[in-house]
Amino acid sequence: MGLITFFLLVLFAITSFYLGYFRSNRVRVIEKQRPFSLDKYYGYYLAIWSVVPAVIILFAILIFDGFIVKNYVLSEFYSQGIDQSEISLLFTQIENTRNGIKLFNSEDEIIVNAVNKLNYIEGIFDITSIITVFSVSSLFLLYGYRKINLNFDARLIVEKFILIGFFLCSLIAILVTVGIIFSLLYETVRFFSQVPILDFLFGTNWSPQRAFVRDAADAADIENAFGAVPLFSGTFLIAFIAMCVSIPVGLLTAIYMSEYAKSSVRNTAKPIIEILAGIPTVVYGFFAVITIAPFIRSLGGSIGLDVSSESALAAGLVMGIMIIPFVSSLSDDVISSVPQSLREGSYAMGATKSETIKKVIIPAALPGIIGSFLLAVSRAIGETMIVVMAAGLVANLTANPLEASTTITTQIVVILIGDQEFDSPKTMSAFALGLTLFVMTLILNFIALRVVKKYTEKYE
Amino acid sequence: MNSNSLKISNENLKRRLNAERRFKFYGVIAISLALIFVLILFTNIISKGYSAFYRTLIEIKIEFNDKVQPEMFKQMSDTEINKLDLYSFSKKNIYSNFPDIEKKSDKKKIIKLFSIEFEEEIKTYINKNKNNLGNKINLYISASDDIDQIHKGNYSRDIPEERRRVSNFQLSIYDELVGQNKVKFEFNLPFFSRGDSREAELAGLGGSLIGSFFTMIIVLLLSFPFGLFGAIYLEEFSKRNRFTDFIEININNLAAVPSIVFGLLGLGILLNTFELPRSTALVGGITLSLMTLPTIIIATRASLRSVPPSIREGALAVGASKVQTVMHHVVPLALPGSITGTIIGIARALGETAPLLLIGMVAFIVDVPSSPLDPSTSLPVQAYLWNDSAERAYEEKTSAAIIILLSFLILFNLIAVFIRRKFETKW
Repeated sequence: MGLITFFLLVLFAITSFYLGYFRSNRVRVIEKQRPFSLDKYYGYYLAIWSVVPAVIILFAILIFDGFIVKNYVLSEFYSQGIDQSEISLLFTQIENTRNGIKLFNSEDEIIVNAVNKLNYIEGIFDITSIITVFSVSSLFLLYGYRKINLNFDARLIVEKFILIGFFLCSLIAILVTVGIIFSLLYETVRFFSQVPILDFLFGTNWSPQRAFVRDAADAADIENAFGAVPLFSGTFLIAFIAMCVSIPVGLLTAIYMSEYAKSSVRNTAKPIIEILAGIPTVVYGFFAVITIAPFIRSLGGSIGLDVSSESALAAGLVMGIMIIPFVSSLSDDVISSVPQSLREGSYAMGATKSETIKKVIIPAALPGIIGSFLLAVSRAIGETMIVVMAAGLVANLTANPLEASTTITTQIVVILIGDQEFDSPKTMSAFALGLTLFVMTLILNFIALRVVKKYTEKYE
Repeated sequence: MNSNSLKISNENLKRRLNAERRFKFYGVIAISLALIFVLILFTNIISKGYSAFYRTLIEIKIEFNDKVQPEMFKQMSDTEINKLDLYSFSKKNIYSNFPDIEKKSDKKKIIKLFSIEFEEEIKTYINKNKNNLGNKINLYISASDDIDQIHKGNYSRDIPEERRRVSNFQLSIYDELVGQNKVKFEFNLPFFSRGDSREAELAGLGGSLIGSFFTMIIVLLLSFPFGLFGAIYLEEFSKRNRFTDFIEININNLAAVPSIVFGLLGLGILLNTFELPRSTALVGGITLSLMTLPTIIIATRASLRSVPPSIREGALAVGASKVQTVMHHVVPLALPGSITGTIIGIARALGETAPLLLIGMVAFIVDVPSSPLDPSTSLPVQAYLWNDSAERAYEEKTSAAIIILLSFLILFNLIAVFIRRKFETKW
């Protein structure tokens, strides 16, 4: 059905294009004068008139037809006064039976009747919608066709249309942001109507399963189950470990690359290090579980430390490896953009290369370098797969990197993986965590981008 | 200058030069560390995973009898044969390959040497050769995952029996089979076509490969045109004002939003508000394309910016309109850069796991999906799922899935580099 309509539409558009094209040709022959625009623009003009209204109508039908069909099929049940949830269950059963899935009640008379009714109304709906769409767009086509004459500027209108289309495409970025904020805020507000925001931000006990298992009437229990402090502490602990790895390695790499390395070394080593940024995070997670965690465990065991099999240290180390290229390439850019005159001035004073780097270049590049650190921190905070696979799933308020600890992202995944029960505070808490994460990374990115931008402008 | 101060200065210089050497050495260490990480990561995963591309088969002989005659299959269609109940026939025939074993418990252990689907494999063989079946046939059927792992040397035989998944008795039978040259080791082709399974020896990548393919097609179809057109508008047509500045800030921020937040967006808007089907490549594709969009817009804008103004001025000078100038002259020159950005964006989307976990693409799905509207998983999600499985045999499967994923990513990036080298004009 959808495919047929699509092909019909394409066919319709092509026909309209040639209609306009030949119309313009004829105008030229009859009037012995060239029309205002090139022939093809009249073609485009008609193609737009024939397709755009049709697509808009089709979308409207797509949105509303399911609703109308459902209401029609279920109308008799509504009048019988059957419960709302039972009706929606019934409708799923009807649909499944129609799609050939045998259910326990597929043979029931009600269901069979309803399936027939459903097929009937959908058939009618399909045919009428195709007829409506094509008659309406034919009308528009006719309107456009009659407008074509010698002095009609089709190009102007086609170009305006193209521009509007481009403009709408550029708006999607805003739409996505609005979508993110809306979907996060909606659930979060509902969550905070059940759990006080202060309990969420400052509570030290995170056990959403408990709110799920116990009776929801026990309000105090729900409040106590959603204290996110252990998640925040876990997130920052792991991010801190990651930064301990990536800052020294990344920064020293950047310094060596931009100040010491020959171009041949630079050209081979840099792409290889960038590979680290392109490896999917699930690979790092697997690497942490299978190699780093056992290694740390046996290392800890050999010096008499008890390391749990899922530890913040393993996750943090691997995350640090992942972040190295972010720090190194951003810092490299910043260091390279320090003007040559500063270096030469320092050399002229008799400073060695390392002294120049430590006392002139780094201080000059410091804001940019800090910006790159902030971006790396925001990466670390938002990283999901490594911590889901290697850091542990149970909330644990600890500063010991050898114990399991959990993060914001891990808990979002743990809560939302598989089937969720909607409207439960447990599910909504994931969105609250998501909003927290979004706001944190937004602030970090905003500051970092500002700092980096301001700094690069300074030397330009 | 007296000799004393010269000495001090010399010592001072020596110290400073040492510091210089030390500092340079730190840099070398840092770079080598980073390179070593890359090396360890790759060797580790390849050495763990390559064995999954092979499988172990065991030769058995089957004797037909009065009840199950080779002639009777000739008239039957494939589906009829598949519906036959040959379980006890297959089992008895497997037992008869080991005539010395009579104890019932030992027979059970024998069966455990073979894949749980031995009946299906025998049927498949009969289906293939139904017109020239003799009374006695020899065929290879898959070994169970434990024997497979033993054969590949992934399981140590030295650990005590009670902690081993394979008993001493089974090991001796296996050794005997190896001695009789009845164990075959061949390339594991079904691994690429089968769907997921609870039995490690039967689990394959087919379903997730197709799922990833559908997802990426949707990402490409949605993010490339929208990204390209949006970027053209922002770079070529928009006037600089507060609103376009706002769009720009938005795009830059979206590029840095954690991927899991896009998963929440997909769950909240696509699944719960628009009620699109859960666990499907369609929803996964839409979610990932929203994530890829900023990457494509930023790359396209950069390559549009690098087209010199002289091109635009030339076109305008001979009477082209603004739209004609951009569409006929500027965009074709910027397209290689945009395509490169798109391929890199898609490569990132291909490796993305977290958002897909939230929109239900982690379900255990045996069937290979046939359309973007079927429930499916994707390659990285499959790796995650297998990593979660308790059985050791899944470890090599996980590594193998990751090897395939990484090879795709390397391929994508090579294509991107190729396009950039071949088509990009330097001004």
